[in-house]
Amino acid sequence: MDLLNAVVQVLDSTIRLSVPLLLACLAGLYSERAGIFDIGLEGKMLVGAFAGAAAASVFHSAFLGLGMAILISVAFALIHGFASITHRGNQIVSGVAINFIAAGSTIILGQAWFQQGGRTPALQPGERFESITADVISNFLATYSFSSADLLASLRGLILYLPALLFDALARIPGFGPVFAELILGHSILVYFAFAMVPFTWWVLFRTRFGLRLRAVGENPAAVDTAGISVAWLRYRALICTGILTGVAGAYLSMVQNGGFVKDMTAGKGYIALAALIFAKWKPVNAMFACLLFGFLDAAAIRLQGSPLPIIGKVPVQFMQALPYILTVILLAGFIGKAIPPRAGGVPYVKER
Amino acid sequence: MAQAAIELIGINKSFGAVRANRDINLEIARGTIHGIVGENGAGKSTLMSILYGFYQADSGEIRVGGKPASIKTPNDAIALGIGMVHQHFMLVDNFSVLENIILGAESDALLKRSIAKARSELERLEREYGLEVDPDAIIEELPVGLQQRVEILKALYRGAEILILDEPTGVLTPAEADHLFRILKQLKEQGKTVVLITHKLREIMAITDTVSVMRQGTMVATRETKKTTVEELAELMVGRRVLLRVEKGEAEAGAVKLAVKNLTVKDSRGVTMVDDISFDIRAGEIVGIAGVAGNGQSELLEAISGIRRAVSGSVTLDGKPIDLTGAADPGELRDRGLAHVPEDRHHVGLVLAFEENENSILGYHDDPRYLKGPFLNVDAIISDAKDKIEKYDIRPGNPRLKTANFSGGNQQKIVLAREIEQDPGVLIVGQPTRGVDVGAIEFIHKRLIAMRDQGKAVLVVSVELDEIRSLSDRILVMFAGRIVGERGPEATEGELGLLMAGVEQEAAA
Repeated sequence: MDLLNAVVQVLDSTIRLSVPLLLACLAGLYSERAGIFDIGLEGKMLVGAFAGAAAASVFHSAFLGLGMAILISVAFALIHGFASITHRGNQIVSGVAINFIAAGSTIILGQAWFQQGGRTPALQPGERFESITADVISNFLATYSFSSADLLASLRGLILYLPALLFDALARIPGFGPVFAELILGHSILVYFAFAMVPFTWWVLFRTRFGLRLRAVGENPAAVDTAGISVAWLRYRALICTGILTGVAGAYLSMVQNGGFVKDMTAGKGYIALAALIFAKWKPVNAMFACLLFGFLDAAAIRLQGSPLPIIGKVPVQFMQALPYILTVILLAGFIGKAIPPRAGGVPYVKER
Repeated sequence: MAQAAIELIGINKSFGAVRANRDINLEIARGTIHGIVGENGAGKSTLMSILYGFYQADSGEIRVGGKPASIKTPNDAIALGIGMVHQHFMLVDNFSVLENIILGAESDALLKRSIAKARSELERLEREYGLEVDPDAIIEELPVGLQQRVEILKALYRGAEILILDEPTGVLTPAEADHLFRILKQLKEQGKTVVLITHKLREIMAITDTVSVMRQGTMVATRETKKTTVEELAELMVGRRVLLRVEKGEAEAGAVKLAVKNLTVKDSRGVTMVDDISFDIRAGEIVGIAGVAGNGQSELLEAISGIRRAVSGSVTLDGKPIDLTGAADPGELRDRGLAHVPEDRHHVGLVLAFEENENSILGYHDDPRYLKGPFLNVDAIISDAKDKIEKYDIRPGNPRLKTANFSGGNQQKIVLAREIEQDPGVLIVGQPTRGVDVGAIEFIHKRLIAMRDQGKAVLVVSVELDEIRSLSDRILVMFAGRIVGERGPEATEGELGLLMAGVEQEAAA
């Protein structure tokens, strides 16, 4: 039972840790599929995290915080677009610049506004996204009643009532229930959003007109141009999608995983997300598995910190932390076969003479 | 004369200091096939790109169907019923045929419905014009002839009444080109107007009703095709008389210089591209290898010049073996008197960012003539480059100019001068005149024949059948990695074309 408990706990933190990776990875997928390399995922997450926590603590609203995180992150995505689409600048340079600006400006503004060494004030309940635990659900079921006085809230509750009833019942099944409650329930709404984005992204890319054009512009922008579609506008739209998702990823870091913004809190997640994207060969469902794998390695690293492994003995924690990167190098070196990026990736589109 | 489908009046277009189009006037009659010929850089493609809304003219007027039209984007052109088949196909290689056809003309926000609609529309077009192609095939798996068909279908799907084709036969076999011409004639019969841009005069004679000639950005003449000749058109294009077929005497073949035996080469994907090939080249003869691009000629060239490692086979140069499966490298081969003019001068033959004089010694930079101690002797290199510039009439004649600023023909001359002036015993040339103007073609052909007359062995690989026939003393035809036939220079185009298409006709011959 102890072992099961440990496994469930590791898997649970795997989910929590892979969410920011997954959001950033899908964000990168939109822009790279459109032919824009985006090394600035890291920076956009960081400004999103800062803007989210700052706005949430000032306006006392989690959703306002999320909105601000998305807004600022999209603004940074558009800066990247302005440099690399409109002015055909080098996409790597522009991305790196965004990362630097993000790292510097969040600390300076944080210090100027809140005087807490670059942090934002600790978020109070109501300013963060709360976890939807089994208790929250049963509480909701117990207290819900339909009243015509507050019609809107009542109707909203009514929609949630049936799923809540289902989850409550599932959580009560002996044996399976606790595992279900621990793994599937007990997360914030952003976690469910992140995983819902996987099939949604797949659908957008492969089942809609926008997706067809987006993939085409990443493969052969000249074909898109001669078909009478604006290459620039299409790529800008892809970057807006990127900005939205990195904004949510940032908000998740500062408003769910942590109770406020801490400087450099993205800690390289944007780069791991890029590695996961290559690893996933630019496909949404693969991206989810890649991020879960990297999340799992992270979770295992934390869990195994200091405790000796059987046979191998004690492993330095740095090794475990380096594992995702080592794995990427090894797997890219031949195990997953050739990862072919979108063919027009990284190349600014210039009309040929 | 029928009503004009398109009228261009006083079109001007400059790119920086270069005036690509000056005061162009052109009238294209409805329901005809109108050819536009001119050398590379004469401004044909620019003019058509203006018509398709890819560029805007600096001044001038376009009329479509008699009405003044403002064409600012390809969308405007498409709306006016103008479709274009570009020289480099505007297709997404890893999309299916249907996905490419609907791209930009989707009828619905959801793909499923757009594709269903396109599928039935495509069936109608196929029936009407005999343009058969598997709608679900992936573009990169289709032969180029079919890819081009997809481009035509793309234009027709968008309701094109006027179809512009930019150098459409450059990538096709003679048989595929014939098929294309049949399609174009059929389009004409259905009342469509076809504009054909090409530098191949024979195609103009074979298929067009009217032909316009461009030179250096201006429209120099428009003729009824029936009333003109290839010679007249060539003269109009170049501005002086040109020999389309260089005169040459009988070959006096001597000893075997290069002997290739059972050579097998694989490409980077591991596919066998050259399959057990054997042939000899003798001193004092030009051997031409004909074939449609992609039948192993490139790999053969790369292997013989030491760039690509062969899988098996033995090769002797002047009777001594070269180990092409292992140690041989291009430098060693060069030292032994084998010079190579690569097919792809931009990526293999030249460093475009270098100055002309640097490229003129590339690969021979270790020659003591160009060295002063451990350093390059810049003065010697530049005076050497100046000699070559004079001898090969390379323009502009400035050895310090960046190579990228030379035209294709002059770049090719830089490579040829470099290799020929080393006085090699064996010269291997890939696509000697690809992207080269008519005037320079004549010059290059003369140089190659002069090499032969000096008793050198020359191997020419070209996809231009005319070139092979006019240069070679013996013609080898490659198909699917094998040599499928050997013919003399008197072989007809039809005969070679069949061999190139892989039709076995040994029995019939």
